[in-house]
Amino acid sequence: MTGIDPAKLRGLTQRRKGQGTQDGMSRRGLFKLGGAAAAGLALSGCAIPGLAKIITPDEAKAEAAAFWPKQKPTGHLNFANWASYIDPNHETLKLFTKATGIGVNYQEVIEDDNSFFAKIDPILRSGQYSGYDLMVITDGFEFTDLVELQEVIPLDHGMMPNFKKYALRKFMQETFDPGNLYSVPWASGITGIAWNTKFIKEPVTSISDLWNPKYAGKIGMMQDPQELANFGLFRAGIDPDKSTLKDWNTAADVLNKQRNDGLVRAYYDQSYLNALSRGDVWITMAWSGDIFQQNQSTGNNDLAFVVPKEGGNIWTDNMMIPKLAQNPVSAMKMIDWFYRPEIATMLTENVQYISSNSAVPTLMAQDAQRKKGANGQDQATLKALLDSPLVFPPASVLSRTRNYVTPQDPTTAQTFKNIFNAITEA
Amino acid sequence: MSAATLERAAGQEPRKKVRQRRKTGERLLHWFTWLLIIWLALPIAVVVAFSFNNPHGRYNYSWTGFTFKYWGSKLFAIPDLTTAVEHSILVAVVATVGATVLGTLVGLAVGKYKFRGQGATNLVQFAAISAPEVVLGSSLATFFLQAHIQEGALTVMAAHIMFCMSFVAITVRARVVGLDPSVEDAAKDLGAGPWDTFRLVTLPMIMPGVIAGAMLAFALSIDDFITTEFTSGSFVTYPLWIWSVSRQGLPPQVNVMGSIIFAVGVIFAIANSVISRRRAA
Amino acid sequence: MRSIRSKLTPYYLMLPGGLWLAIFFAVPIIMMIGLSTMNGNIIAGFGDTWHHFGNYTYGFTQYKSQWIRSAEYAGLGCLISIVLSYPIAYWIAFYGGTRKSTYLFLILLPFFVSFVLRTIAWNYILGDQGLLLEPLKHLHLVSQNFHILATGWAVIIGIVYNYLPFMILPIYVALERVDHKVIEAGRDLYANPVTVFTKVVLPLSLPGVFAGVLLNFVPAASDYVNASVLGGTGNSMIGNVIYDQYFVVQNYPLQASLSFSLMAILLIGIFSYARVLGTEDVLEAAAVA
Repeated sequence: MTGIDPAKLRGLTQRRKGQGTQDGMSRRGLFKLGGAAAAGLALSGCAIPGLAKIITPDEAKAEAAAFWPKQKPTGHLNFANWASYIDPNHETLKLFTKATGIGVNYQEVIEDDNSFFAKIDPILRSGQYSGYDLMVITDGFEFTDLVELQEVIPLDHGMMPNFKKYALRKFMQETFDPGNLYSVPWASGITGIAWNTKFIKEPVTSISDLWNPKYAGKIGMMQDPQELANFGLFRAGIDPDKSTLKDWNTAADVLNKQRNDGLVRAYYDQSYLNALSRGDVWITMAWSGDIFQQNQSTGNNDLAFVVPKEGGNIWTDNMMIPKLAQNPVSAMKMIDWFYRPEIATMLTENVQYISSNSAVPTLMAQDAQRKKGANGQDQATLKALLDSPLVFPPASVLSRTRNYVTPQDPTTAQTFKNIFNAITEA
Repeated sequence: MSAATLERAAGQEPRKKVRQRRKTGERLLHWFTWLLIIWLALPIAVVVAFSFNNPHGRYNYSWTGFTFKYWGSKLFAIPDLTTAVEHSILVAVVATVGATVLGTLVGLAVGKYKFRGQGATNLVQFAAISAPEVVLGSSLATFFLQAHIQEGALTVMAAHIMFCMSFVAITVRARVVGLDPSVEDAAKDLGAGPWDTFRLVTLPMIMPGVIAGAMLAFALSIDDFITTEFTSGSFVTYPLWIWSVSRQGLPPQVNVMGSIIFAVGVIFAIANSVISRRRAA
Repeated sequence: MRSIRSKLTPYYLMLPGGLWLAIFFAVPIIMMIGLSTMNGNIIAGFGDTWHHFGNYTYGFTQYKSQWIRSAEYAGLGCLISIVLSYPIAYWIAFYGGTRKSTYLFLILLPFFVSFVLRTIAWNYILGDQGLLLEPLKHLHLVSQNFHILATGWAVIIGIVYNYLPFMILPIYVALERVDHKVIEAGRDLYANPVTVFTKVVLPLSLPGVFAGVLLNFVPAASDYVNASVLGGTGNSMIGNVIYDQYFVVQNYPLQASLSFSLMAILLIGIFSYARVLGTEDVLEAAAVA
């Protein structure tokens, strides 16, 4: 800034009387701003529309019957999924391409349901392609919202022979999608408690271990309101399936106290695993398959997992087709592809979450016999998987798991979200 | 009469003491500066160091072995990451061009002329720079929602041009304000039309400001996170990709890409200073 | 002929840029104000504009601690930043000699790496068993339960780190402009170095300090990345709340009211300051930074 006459500088910085003052508004300036304001106000009156009405299952079936015959096959598929939810080498996808000729663009863009929903909902509302033909959504609020807002396409049951043949009904939670109108399960899992055995030597069995003052400041809880709510309800001795508004407030008090007592280090999304492995937390809410995968990849068995005796959260991640998908036929083919026994087995052996495919146990046992899994897992790992109550939960484990609390009425849902979000926002 | 002469006249002893005190003070400051530079560079050193790590599993946080493979054959092994980097560069280039053109024009207008609405313009520009990114991002997101505009590459570029433009405008304006108007007057006197005057006289004179503004715009755009997060829809840029994958565990390729971008930036900056030094000479 | 054209020239020059700002800045902000007075939910839609100013009172009462905390963290961050930046800016301006630009370059160097990556790197460095604390705990210099992450101080360190150049550069520019003759005059008048500093240099550098505070406080108060990566419970800032309300709860009206409140508060502060010093100076300082 050399060479500026100081007088000039003074002149520039001092306020001038009359027109063109720096922070004064001249007529023209006011017009300009006024124009923009008027435009904005006109547009701001524009409300954000909601749904027209909630359609009945019969209407959905009719919609499907009208929609699918008109679709032509395409050569491509855009598939959105969570991270670490498929075999690492994508062998399952490569085989799909070889069998069908459809190229797959697999994107691990889903970190949690709500941020993914917040990304695609505005796009779908404006009547545009979201960029994805197939996505995997958990059976929580976002699932219900997508269905109610008619932002997903009802499935073509005629294209799902493998699903019909092999899908297990016994513990697939069909309450959120009776008749699989809009979704089929990808994998199911249980939220329980994981701990790092390097720091906690005694066994962990109960929800109250997350409230143990000995671990103060080293406890992790999950951010997701539905995950957190259930654990609060378990701690308060309330069955989530039967909980009411009063119960939710009780649970919230319990959770708030946990935080105010300095027990909780932070509320995590899937990054709890990073914190647990590094020793930033010693004990945390966790997803069953994650712990398995982490122990496998590091080669040591530092991390342990348990479904607490008071209960755990059982959830199902489901494949759904978003509205205005450009490759819906490819999506249907992929949906059915993952119900092929050998593909389903490959998936389960890698991600180690609960499969909804009845043929998996048999095939996995065969792999164990042959001493080699689809991705080179050794016999010991496969045997451990077969015996694991987390991958093939027995009735004793299942009986104490509960689904998320998902109020159907939007206002109640908002209240629920506000109650439990306030705990993590504080 | 200079201070030195006066001091010499006042006596040697007090002068030496003052000089020593000044010297110790200066040395302390010198050390402090270097300490701070090292502190600033610490995370970068970690990023670069861990790009040579060979992690077991997906978390790259403890040292398990030295390897070059992520710099070589495996650098582009993650297609999503490569695509995200390409997206970031694309957006940055478009945003830089757009912001530089629009911003230079605005900078010229505000710097050279006095006109009605100058106050309001300054106001809005100022608000645009000082508005928090969270507000910029969320207001754009709801704007696109209400206006039924799909979020994607174009909305990201529009947003980037918007917030980079004001920075370019200010940089150019600062340059324009210091210009000698008589040079332009001379050109006009010699018969040059307004476009020729601009092209042959004004533009070269403000070029350092324009280039500085362009570089600033590029740097702001390529690293932008918050505004991009709100306006990108399903379009993924490099910072967004890092953020979403960091929930799981960063692969070493991210460190390598970060180190490369770092090195490229360093080369640009060195080149810029060499060129400007040569031009000044 | 030429005079008419040149009279309209500034308006032509302003038009493209002005229009862009109007469409992508002014209009969204105004629409956001409208949205902040609506109510509703994601299923039934949002509407009933201009009838729910209660969103503002709710936003302030419900999130009082986050508002205060944001001001605290940003304020403390600015203070620490000034304390760290001033000596360096001073040294480079007065003792840097020919290598001034090199030093400035070295300071800016780390910022060629992505903001997200830098913050995550600090997460690695400050981990409980990480690069910094592991040796300290091994040597028993700190207790085994000591942790930096998941505290307010980690967030403040992140804030200071990420915005430091925006404090150093404006102060440096202001100090560099101080005419050495003025300092010499001070010495000629028998002032000792300390007095020269406090009575001559410091006041002349204040515009730079103010500009630096501006460029630090605004992004710091509205940041959510530092709190998210480095903080724990009880460290969330108003930026985190805005993010949550948009992405997690999808309560767009509340989020809009919080955003507008944040911007209004910051802008009022900035404009009051700008009145004192003149917008030009601040814009200039921002340009150099």
